[in-house]
Amino acid sequence: MSDQNNQIDDIISFASSLRWKVGDDFHDKLTEAIYSDAAVITSRVETKGDDEKSYHFDRLLDRILTSRRFGFLIMALILSVILWLTIQGANYPSSMLNTLLLELIYPTLKSVSASIGLPWWLDGFLFDGVYMAVAWVIAVMLPPMAIFFPLFTLLEDFGYLPRVAFNLDGLFKKSGAHGKQALTMSMGWGCNAAGVVATRIIDSPRERLIAIITNNFSLCNGRWPTQILIATIFIGALVPSGLSGTISTLAVIAIAFLGIVFMFLTSWLLSRTMLKGEVSTFTLELPPYRPPRFWKTIYTSLIDRTIIVLWRAIIFAAPAGAVIWLISNIDIGSTSVASHAIEFLDPFGILIGLNGVILLAYVVAIPANEIVIPTVLMLTVAHFNITGFGAGDGVMFELDSVSETENILKTGGWTLLTGINLMLFSLLHNPCSTTIFTIYKETKSWKWTSVATILPVVFGVVVCFLIAQCWRLLF
Amino acid sequence: MKEVKETPMEACESCAFYNAAQLKKLGVNVENADFVVALAGNPNTGKSTVFNALTGLRQHTGNWAGKTVTRAEGGFSYNEKRYKLIDLPGTYSLLSTSEDEEVARNFILFGRPDVTVIVADASRLERNLNLVLQVLEITDKAVLCLNLMDEAKRHGISIDDRTLAKDLGIPVVVTSARSGEGIPELIKVIAQVASGEIVCKPHKIKNLNSKVSEAVEELSSKLLKAYPGLPNSRWVAMRLLDGDQRILSALKEGELVA
Repeated sequence: MSDQNNQIDDIISFASSLRWKVGDDFHDKLTEAIYSDAAVITSRVETKGDDEKSYHFDRLLDRILTSRRFGFLIMALILSVILWLTIQGANYPSSMLNTLLLELIYPTLKSVSASIGLPWWLDGFLFDGVYMAVAWVIAVMLPPMAIFFPLFTLLEDFGYLPRVAFNLDGLFKKSGAHGKQALTMSMGWGCNAAGVVATRIIDSPRERLIAIITNNFSLCNGRWPTQILIATIFIGALVPSGLSGTISTLAVIAIAFLGIVFMFLTSWLLSRTMLKGEVSTFTLELPPYRPPRFWKTIYTSLIDRTIIVLWRAIIFAAPAGAVIWLISNIDIGSTSVASHAIEFLDPFGILIGLNGVILLAYVVAIPANEIVIPTVLMLTVAHFNITGFGAGDGVMFELDSVSETENILKTGGWTLLTGINLMLFSLLHNPCSTTIFTIYKETKSWKWTSVATILPVVFGVVVCFLIAQCWRLLF
Repeated sequence: MKEVKETPMEACESCAFYNAAQLKKLGVNVENADFVVALAGNPNTGKSTVFNALTGLRQHTGNWAGKTVTRAEGGFSYNEKRYKLIDLPGTYSLLSTSEDEEVARNFILFGRPDVTVIVADASRLERNLNLVLQVLEITDKAVLCLNLMDEAKRHGISIDDRTLAKDLGIPVVVTSARSGEGIPELIKVIAQVASGEIVCKPHKIKNLNSKVSEAVEELSSKLLKAYPGLPNSRWVAMRLLDGDQRILSALKEGELVA
């Protein structure tokens, strides 16, 4: 054994003496040798035809897609088209699921429970609470995700995503973040939890944390419908009805754009305070364009992304449904826990241009942004004793008619300021619990999970407060 | 299969359909593997697609470099042997010290896979060969999977795979993994290399100048004296001359020999 050790020491000292002899450019010499071997072999086996048409096509496409002039415009256009397809396309399957889960299965469950004589509280807890929340999340969450992710994956398969990263790299570098954050940011427009998982592509832990913490500023699928509804009611109403559609769409896009601004700003702040450090360089390869495999992509993106994210959301929605039902049905004194909470939160809510109902809704609807509006409506109707709407205390509902929704909200004391601030708060608040859980799983750190959770809320409160104060000074 | 070794059977063995029927995709079930197969290659050459084609798994694939972020394992069985397949991160080289390259390098070096399949982009052969040549210095049980052949054709590139196999000293299989072309042949060759039916004589890096190559040879023969049968003495010598600390400590710890 010691003989062997001696031999090893011998080899090591021999190696270091050889290193002196060979000189310190050994690495370069070796690399050169490998390159020239590769070149020799390639020249023996490869024949290049003179048909370079497809190569030129790739080049031309790259020149357009990554050009200074059109690059950003095309990105914005593609993103808008995808979002438009998602929002519009999701309406039909969503209403079908809604009919199935809420208009067919829900009454059946209720009548079965009545026929077997389930006590009212168990019936309410299970079907009005848990089932309702789960059904709601499926109906509103599944269709947009099932449209957004496959579209996104098709773009990925085609080879467009690295071009996006290429276009945005400079901006990210200036804010102290990694260029690949462009990819995780756009994934976040589909779902923040998926965006957080996608940050695994960033090697440097510092830049990965920045990408994780700022992903929530990508307005996710669950929040687009809220934005659109509120913009239609409050912003669209400001202009003649012919223009209202365009104006409210622009307002929603402005909010999404504001999210990007906040993402850069926060990245910049973090890389100068909590997460100081150099921007790591990386080689970004622009891969060839490949015709995407349509069906395969749709299949895998459904399985890999949509179903997994949906499953997590369901797991979190079930207990939230229970909580929402319980706070509306358990009374302290003569009023429900929910009303007590609303009264308690109201002064602070009003101070920042929102109200107690909204704040309570954001607290109890933490599992999924999708159930914020149904919860707001339910709480408003219950708290202000508006009759003729809804299915009872603790039962979420939504209305087909925008004007009825508007009436309910206005009875609840909503103004234009409330609408604008809700849109801002919807952008700037804590991530949903699915995302928070994912952040913890990815970072394994309570500290960074808390930062990622609390930082956006702080932003939201500050922004809403400032807007409310300015508003009240001006009007 | 054992008794009927006649002419009709021979015809079957080269037939893709027959071979595909022998293949059983085992998904993530990799217990009791008879052979370990590593998948190496440059980024975005379709390693994950090859991996999926062999294992029946649905590892996410996408058209950009550096997409595989977790090491994926899967399995398949072929001719009653079980193979465990490991999808290594894509790298351009094994010489620098980035995390990806360490993972890939260490697995091929210390994990001693029974076969290393190097997936290369046929339309970018020269650049891909850099990695191939480095892998061949480490292991002599390798198969080159010349993938994306459809794309190379689109670019008007054709490759003489037989000369390439002769030059590299390892079997070369031409595939278009996205459409599943060539996968049965690949499986067959993997099995043959694993069982020792095909013995590789891998290419060794030639174009070193005399001073450098002398130093490599001297150190390599010293290494061989200390560790008879060390399959990659030349490569270890080169790493030591490059001052690679990880290899130095591996040498001290005796990690280099099985």
